[in-house]
Parts: sequence; C-alpha cells; structure tokens
Amino acid sequence: MKFVQNIFDQTRPLVEKDGKRNILYPLHNALETMAFVPDHTAHSGAHVRDAIDLKRTMVTVIFAMVPALLFGMWNIGRLHYGAIGLESTLIENFLFGALKLLPLITVTYAAGLGVEIFFSWKRNHPVNEGFLVSGLLIPLIMPVDIPLWMVAVSTIFAVLIGKEVFGGTGMNLLNPALTARAFAFFAYPTWMSGDQVWINTSGGDIVDGYSGATAMGDLATTVGQGLGNPATETVMAQFGPEGTYSLMNAFLGLIPGSIGETSALLILLGGLFLVFKGVGSWRIMLSFFVGGLVMAGIFNVFAVNEFMALNPIHQLMLGGFMFGMVFMATDPVSAAQTETGKYIYGFLAGFFGIMIRVFNPAYPEGIMLAILFMNVMAPLIDHYVVEANIKRREKRLANA
Amino acid sequence: MSQSFKIRKGYDLKLVGAAAQTDMGAVSASTYAVSPLDFPGITPKLAVKAGAQVKAGDTLFFDKDRPEVKICSPVSGEVAEVKRGAKRKILAVVVLADSDVTYADHGALDVTKAERAAVAEHLANTGVGALITSRPYGVVASMTEEPRDIFVNAVQSGPLAGDLAYQLAGKEAEVAAALKALTALTTGKVYVSQADDVAALDCLSGEEVVNATFSGKHPKGLVGTQIAQIAPINKGDVVWTVNAIDLPVIGRAVLSGQYVPEYKVAVTGSKAINTGYATMLQGVSLAAFNSANINLDNTRVIAGDVLTGTKIDAEGFMAFGKSQITAIPEGNQTEFFGWVLPGFGKFSTNRAFWSWLFPNRAYDLDTNMHGEERAFVVTGEYDKFIPMDIFPQQLLRAILIRDIEKMEKLGIYEIVPEDFALAEVACTSKLPLQQIVRDGLNDLRKEMM
Repeated sequence: MKFVQNIFDQTRPLVEKDGKRNILYPLHNALETMAFVPDHTAHSGAHVRDAIDLKRTMVTVIFAMVPALLFGMWNIGRLHYGAIGLESTLIENFLFGALKLLPLITVTYAAGLGVEIFFSWKRNHPVNEGFLVSGLLIPLIMPVDIPLWMVAVSTIFAVLIGKEVFGGTGMNLLNPALTARAFAFFAYPTWMSGDQVWINTSGGDIVDGYSGATAMGDLATTVGQGLGNPATETVMAQFGPEGTYSLMNAFLGLIPGSIGETSALLILLGGLFLVFKGVGSWRIMLSFFVGGLVMAGIFNVFAVNEFMALNPIHQLMLGGFMFGMVFMATDPVSAAQTETGKYIYGFLAGFFGIMIRVFNPAYPEGIMLAILFMNVMAPLIDHYVVEANIKRREKRLANA
Repeated sequence: MSQSFKIRKGYDLKLVGAAAQTDMGAVSASTYAVSPLDFPGITPKLAVKAGAQVKAGDTLFFDKDRPEVKICSPVSGEVAEVKRGAKRKILAVVVLADSDVTYADHGALDVTKAERAAVAEHLANTGVGALITSRPYGVVASMTEEPRDIFVNAVQSGPLAGDLAYQLAGKEAEVAAALKALTALTTGKVYVSQADDVAALDCLSGEEVVNATFSGKHPKGLVGTQIAQIAPINKGDVVWTVNAIDLPVIGRAVLSGQYVPEYKVAVTGSKAINTGYATMLQGVSLAAFNSANINLDNTRVIAGDVLTGTKIDAEGFMAFGKSQITAIPEGNQTEFFGWVLPGFGKFSTNRAFWSWLFPNRAYDLDTNMHGEERAFVVTGEYDKFIPMDIFPQQLLRAILIRDIEKMEKLGIYEIVPEDFALAEVACTSKLPLQQIVRDGLNDLRKEMM
C-alpha cells in the first residue's frame, strides 16, 4: 500500500493551502482518508476509541441497499424485455439494468459530490460521508427513464438547499434524498408519474396488453368510483392472486416502480441487516410499519372505494412504503433524535404516508411527502420529549 | 440500611494487561512534582518560591478565589523549580526531596469531639481536602461549603481497575477514621457504594454510613452514576464525592496530622512489562520506574485508566488523585481501507464490525481515533452508556451553543466529564465529549460565581 500512500504524499503540496490546486484539497483529503484510516491519536478525554466512524456507518447502509439495488437492476431489464416481447436471460436483464442504472448513479454522485467538495473548500471543512448514502438513494427512488440532467439538477438542489444551506451533514432538516425526489416530482411531474416512465420500452414494439403504469397509478383510477363498481373490475383484478400486482408479486418486487423500491422482501432484508448492525433504528422501522398498518386498516374498515378497501398488508407492500420505512425515515439526522420521539415520528410518518397516498391520488408517492413532513415535525416531537425530562427534573427539585 | 442497584446501561471495556496481584515494592525518586492541572476548578497561586524549604504537608499553592483550598507537598525538601507554560501558566511545582521526610505537624484530630468547622479546617490545612470533589462542576471541594451529602465510591469498575481490597489492605484504621471525619462534615448522609462482585469491605461498612451495592456494567464505578441512583443532584445542591482509595490518606491526616498521599498503584496495560501494585507517593518522578517496568517504545503512559486518565510523559510525574498506571501502544499508524474491512479483530461497542462474534475477547487497544471528527449524526448512541435520566446529545448541544439556561434544565448539575467517557469512546463522530462537558461546567461556574 506504500505506493498509494506515495501518490497522496506527492500530490499533497499541490492542493495544500498555497498550492495551485487548493480547490481540490477536500477531494484529496476525502480520498486519502478513504484509502487510509488516519493516524490521528486521542488527545483529549478517553485514550481509546471505538473502531466505528461515520464512514463505517455509511458503508453499512450502502451494503444494506445492495440487494434492493441489484434486484432493481435486474427488474429494469426484465420489465424492458417483457414490454417489448423479447425473451431474456438473467444476465441480459442485469446488463440492460446496469446500462440504465449506472449512468444514474454516476451522475448523482458527480453532481452531489461536486457541490459537497465546493462547499468543503469554501467552508474549510472535510467532505462529510453523508452523501455516500444519499448519492445511492437518489437513483433508487427515480423512475428508470428520467433524463440524467433532471437527476443532476434535483441532486444539486437537494444538496444545496436541503443540506448545505443548513450547515452540511448533520445539520439538515430534511432528508436530502427525498428532497431530491420531491424536487423532481414537482419540477418535472410528467417525468415522475404516469405510465410512460417506469419501464424502458426503447428498441422494440410494445406488446399487446402492456401497461406501463404502477400499482399506485392504477389504484388511483379507482378513487371516486365507489366500491364494487364494474368499471374498476379490470384494475382490481390485477391485485388479485393471479394479477400483475398480486400480494406475492408486490412482496417479491416483480412490479414496475421506482428502481429500488419494488422488492419489499429485499428491502426488509436490508432493514434487518441495519437493525442487527445497530445502524438503523428499529424503533422507527417498527412504528412506521405499525402506523401504516393502522391507517390502512382504518381505510379498509371504512372503505368507500377499491383503493381504501385494499388489504392493509398489500397496501404496505406497494409503492415506496417499505423503502421509505427502511432507508428514508431512518436517516438519523432528519428523524426524531430522542428514543421516545422515534416511536411517535415513525408511527405518524407511516400513518400519514398511507393517508396522503389514498386521499390524494394525484400524489401516489404519499410516503415521500409524509416523511418530509415528519422531518419538519421531528424537532417539535423531540421538543416535547425533552420537555418532559425537564419537567421531571423540576418536579424533583420542587419535592426536594 | 443497605440499598442495591443494578446498572444496565453501560459497557465493560475488556483490555489485556490487568494487574497481577504482586507487590512491585516501593517507588521513590529524588524529585516530586505537583501540577495544578490535576486540580479542576483551581486558579493556582503559589505559596512558595523556588529555593524554599518545605515539609511534607506544607502548602505549595492554593486557589486564588478560595484560599482555603490548599495543595500540599507530598515530601519534604527544596522547591527546585516552578515550571511555567504559555502566559506564565503554572504547570508544575517540582520539589527536590530530602532523604528523610519530615512532616509538617498539624496535630491529631479527635473527630468524636471536634466541631464541624474544626474538622473542615483540619482537612483543609493537611491538604487532604483536595482529595474531595465537589459537585456540581466536579471541582476540588472547598472545606467551607456544607455539602448536602457525601458519596464515597468503593466501586472500581473502570478498564483494568485495581483490586480495592488489596489496595486498602492494612489501612483499615485510617479508613474508619476518615469515614468518621466525613460524617462530621455533613448534616446529610454519607453514602458508601460497594460493588456486588467483590467481597464487601468491613472497614467501609461502619454504622455511621449508608451502604449501597452496585452490580451490572461500568459506569457503576463512577460516583455520578451512583448519585443518580441514590439521590440525584438538584439545582442548588452541593454534594461531595470521595474515592474510597483516598480514605487512608484522609484518615492518616486525621489520626496523626500528617499528609502522606501514598497509594498502592495498580500498574496495568499491554505495554507494561511487569504488572502489579507499586507503592508510591503522588507526584513521584516515574522516570526510573517507567524505564524498568514499561516498554516505552511508542507507548502512551496514562495516570489513571484509559477512559479518564491523564497522559504523562515517560519521564513524568505521577498525577494527583490517580491510583492506576496504564501503558498502551500509541496508535499513530494508518490503516488501509480499515473502515470497509469486516474487522474481525476490531474493538467496537456495537455490531458494525464482525468482532461482535467474540464478545468476551480482551483487546490490546491503541490510541488511534479510527476516524475524523464529524458533526453529530448518529442519535441515541450516548444514551446506551449513560445510566442517568438525562438527554446527553441535547445537553451537549446546549453546551456547545453556550445556552446556560438550557444546560441547567437538561441536568448539567448532575454530570461531570467522566460520566461521558464511555460515550466518548463509542462516539461515531469522534467528538471530544469530556472536553465539551468540562468547558460547559467551567462556563456555568463562571456565570454563577
């Protein structure tokens, strides 16, 4: 590893304070600390430290996303070849998916890290690891056919307005990845919803009976039609045991949707990994699930249309619910920070997510909006939890 | 009367290099030094000049704001040097020891008859008052304050901590006298906390004190944890804390009027060639001792344990208030992609590394930070190590923005830096938690004085 160290040592004078390429110092530093855990020793306080650092935490989240990412890649290819009526092998599906997904990932990282590095240089602080995760989350919550420049613009917006203006990683109010998606959703609605963007159909003729819509889009058409309306029969048949959006298909992820969000199974696997590793909050995940289940259950009982009447578990397997639960709501910075607060925050995010989705079919991705809303509310929840602690202390003083 | 408590939050840090129960003999040297930096909350004012002759127990310096807080010389001899740093800050007062120690005679004290004020004055004059810590703020106590209660901590649960029974053996009379003196100093109670996993010491279980037993994980051995369980500190309260290992020194001052800060120091750590217990006076020069007993090649020598100890030079002096020496490797090496590797051999308090498969392994830890400092990101991390009813991260944020009112509300009076030591070890963002707490307490104290 000596030669790697030599490269960093030789290039350091160029990027140091008086060097010609000082703007690249944060990048140099980021790469060097990535390649080598620094030789810094404890100077104040405890003399030994845990081996964990933010890089480890973030890379653990990335590992947790890999199954969903690989599945998404495969699913892009599978849906593509299915839509144009071609037989395809596993490898072909993967290759096609990679061809679509890798540019998205590359562009997101380039755009986001570009902003990060610029700010690090301006503010004279090291590049933080937060974007390692955000940069992979953003492509996974985009439709496959979104133009790359839109991803870049959304990412830049998210990092700039969602994070850097608040002071960078650790200071942001909103989840940066969701901010990117919300920006894209409202700025380029035609590219973010409807039935044209979820499956790539280039290079072939579309087969008969093909529909590019997502389960959410289809369910939205049943709103206002009442229960048991024959007009909704064909749509609802797709949610039956034999349909495209059957519970099993939704659980396994064999449905169209944002790239990484379809497979509830693999997302859950990632979630369990995060909980086991102690990186993801089980409190948030559990209460998020329960919140969604309660709302979906209430809808189910008081259903006035087929969307509401959908089996609650089935409801939770669709759209971005599981992905939001495991990877979005659990962002420690934008979530509630107190342990009690996490239960409340998670519950309400899941609860509102299903509510928005069903009440306002124009926003099929209610989960995203619910989590962003709860991001804003999280400090308030924490405030009341902390206030209770303060009250306890005051009471003790009064009784003393 | 005895209470027992189980500490569920916390972590027992397992290190290699525990002290063998062997007597390493007495350590003496020609020079001794006392550093004001070992006494939190003191603005030192010298009582002696270089060249002056002092006896053991004569005041070397005192607190400018509280002159009754006196720091005394551990030996008799000539004040050789006053070491100063930037802005003439006093770093240490060095005493060249006589071959035979002569003691300043403060007279014996009959604690059964003496008034509170007389006891307090005796402890202040003999220098043993400096062994008592006052909370809030965690500073050296002034004997003129009247504490609500006094907490004596006989639980040594820190990493590689010594065996208290062994360290106190033969000093039972002094311990009993010290406890009697402490009882005279408060109208409240004197609580003595002992660990449940070692035999209770009879000398600590006198009738005049309230006994409490602690089981579970470290920080059960931090007096802050014990106070939080027994009788939490409220705003306006002052309590004193004393380590049981300091009781013989206090007791001797009571019984004979002499100041003899002599300890059986546990010599520990993976870099210690010989582990065991060495008898030494505080402030003794460790130059000869270290070169004989510690492998000094790229080593950090710590007076105290790895969580809260003070770094000392290889040729340095034994720090005040410590009864342990820990020698561990310096971690000044880089590691190629250390954050990605599975980490089967890496120490971590959570399961992010695969070393969780071996929960009972003792580690040979070095001083590497394993990462760079970052902002707060991970939440709920500190709570796992601080068994108190406080919100650590919110409190730290209040300290960082210097919001005094919020600090008070969030319970800063209940903590001192050492209570955050385990959380500091575990901190993903590598933040200097103990320093933050110390700064916060200093600010608060300045505001209140």
